[in-house]
Amino acid sequence: MNWRGRLLIAIPYAWLLVLFLVPFVIVLKISLSDIALAIPPYTPNLKDGFWPMLSVLDLENYAFIGAGAVVAGFAGLVLCIAMYRVIFPRIRRAMLPETADTIFDSAAAALTALAVAIVNVAIVVAVLAFLFPALNAFVEIPDFLYFAAYLSSLKIAVISTFLTLLIGYPIAYAMARAAQHWRPTLLMLVILPFWTSFLIRVYAWIGILSTEGYLNQLLLSIGVISEPLAILNTPIAVYVGVVYTYLPFMVLPIYATLDKMDDSLVEAAEDLGCTALSAFWLVTAPLSKPGVIAGCFLVFIPTLGEFVIPSLLGGSDTVMIGKVLWEEFFNNRDWPVASAVAVILLMILIIPIVLFQRNEQKQRELEG
Amino acid sequence: MRRFSWFNATSLTFGFAFLYLPMLILIIYSFNESRLVTVWAGFSTKWYGELFQNEQFLDAAWVTVKVAFWSSTIATVLGTMAAYIMVRAGRFRGRGLFSGMIYAPLVMPEVITGLSLLLFFIAIGLDRGVLTIVLAHTTFAMCYVSVVVTSRLVSFDQSLEEAALDLGCTPFDAFRSVTLPIIMPAVISGWLLAFTLSLDDLVIASFTSGPSSTTLPIKIFSAVRLGVTPEINALSTIMIGLVTLGVVSASLVSRATAKKARADEQAAG
Repeated sequence: MNWRGRLLIAIPYAWLLVLFLVPFVIVLKISLSDIALAIPPYTPNLKDGFWPMLSVLDLENYAFIGAGAVVAGFAGLVLCIAMYRVIFPRIRRAMLPETADTIFDSAAAALTALAVAIVNVAIVVAVLAFLFPALNAFVEIPDFLYFAAYLSSLKIAVISTFLTLLIGYPIAYAMARAAQHWRPTLLMLVILPFWTSFLIRVYAWIGILSTEGYLNQLLLSIGVISEPLAILNTPIAVYVGVVYTYLPFMVLPIYATLDKMDDSLVEAAEDLGCTALSAFWLVTAPLSKPGVIAGCFLVFIPTLGEFVIPSLLGGSDTVMIGKVLWEEFFNNRDWPVASAVAVILLMILIIPIVLFQRNEQKQRELEG
Repeated sequence: MRRFSWFNATSLTFGFAFLYLPMLILIIYSFNESRLVTVWAGFSTKWYGELFQNEQFLDAAWVTVKVAFWSSTIATVLGTMAAYIMVRAGRFRGRGLFSGMIYAPLVMPEVITGLSLLLFFIAIGLDRGVLTIVLAHTTFAMCYVSVVVTSRLVSFDQSLEEAALDLGCTPFDAFRSVTLPIIMPAVISGWLLAFTLSLDDLVIASFTSGPSSTTLPIKIFSAVRLGVTPEINALSTIMIGLVTLGVVSASLVSRATAKKARADEQAAG
């Protein structure tokens, strides 16, 4: 490779190293230091020299945010995935050698894996606590706020991903069934909101969902309710916000798989005696699985770290980890804890990100 | 062609109503006479007038456009380079790390990106302002650009480039006169995507902006926290209008180009 080629590689490489990787190392470092009333508000920092800095690093921020429990949960989740990918298929092959791989099987597998995961977490926590009494301080949860924030982010992300799928799938399906000359227009109508400001789309719901908002006015005037409903500042408003803003991310990948699908397969199933519904379950649903998986990840991953939606639509009791990080940083000015929260959030996200990449790669290999 | 059932028609109607009604309500109520945003008191454009008198919003809008222009332009250059390396450079040392750094920002929560960049800027002693926002936006936008350009680079016929090299072009000339025109649509849409992302970003800008460099989303966010106001409705309407105009015209142009390309191919074949 000549020097020009090297230079071509060096420029974007250096940019990303300096502005993406190095900042992370700094976050990691600050998460291991102590809060201080100084500028910048943490000690030790690089000014004190490298070795003094290294020798005082400690894990107390992680203990403070209940990282031990999260790490245990993380280990449980890894075990659960191993169960799902390696052990469960073997059991299934041994017990039911002749069955087709339908979407029902995957659902059953996922449920089993979830149950296994819960047991795993409990076992891992118990074993850790038993083996290392010193770790007790680390495993028990000193400040429940952070742990509750992880759990509630997970819960909100799972529920809203499911709701988005429920609403997005019929739209994608109908788009793929629409007449050929209509499809580009329908596609553009789905993409257009994605280009519109995220903030404005979330803001639009404040006026609709508030106590004297348009929805309550409508429901009061037609007499469905006699008193305005409190929807804004509740988790329901957060679900509505997530479903609304992330709907295009769900519709587009599902539409892409359904659009490529060969219609004659469904016709064949119907000719062979399937009802329309069972043809859908046995043919269309399994074939659209890659799109569904991609869509779910594209909604789930960003929702987990979401800040704008919970802070505008959720109440003070809707804690999500992105919002906690923001408040820890801007309101409490506790940079070390904010950094520790960021590191743990990233750790939680690694599993879905890796799974998503593998799903994409598998798709590319199938097509290529 | 399968029949288009009532079920499909209903889900499309409800789906698009869900996607568009909230924005439609927002637009309608931006022309409301009353300051009470939920009570209709007659048509008026006075909130638009007030908006254009609001110096703070105008300043913020100017900062936002400046940041978006510079960051999307630099991001397009860097992103195209990155895409070219990923597709054409073959194996080189550190390729795995490089592709990881290209894809990671796409899925990274904004709060983490923002926090890490802010801590970095403070550590190196760079004062926060327009420059730091541009640097931050460029970093995440270049990854989006490189994904868009990569998909185009993968799909086009590499032998065209080889032919140019065989006919005596330098690699740079071959890139400029053969590759670049072919990937141009992707480069332009990458630039547009980067521009919109930058225009839209609240979280990363909040972390990396200084007191003198407030962007429009930061202004909107702090106003919106206090509730719905007619000025923000008017501002939102303008932004929705601009985006709609941009997207619709871009898609009309790309459809016309595609049609022309097809016609050319038929004429050639």
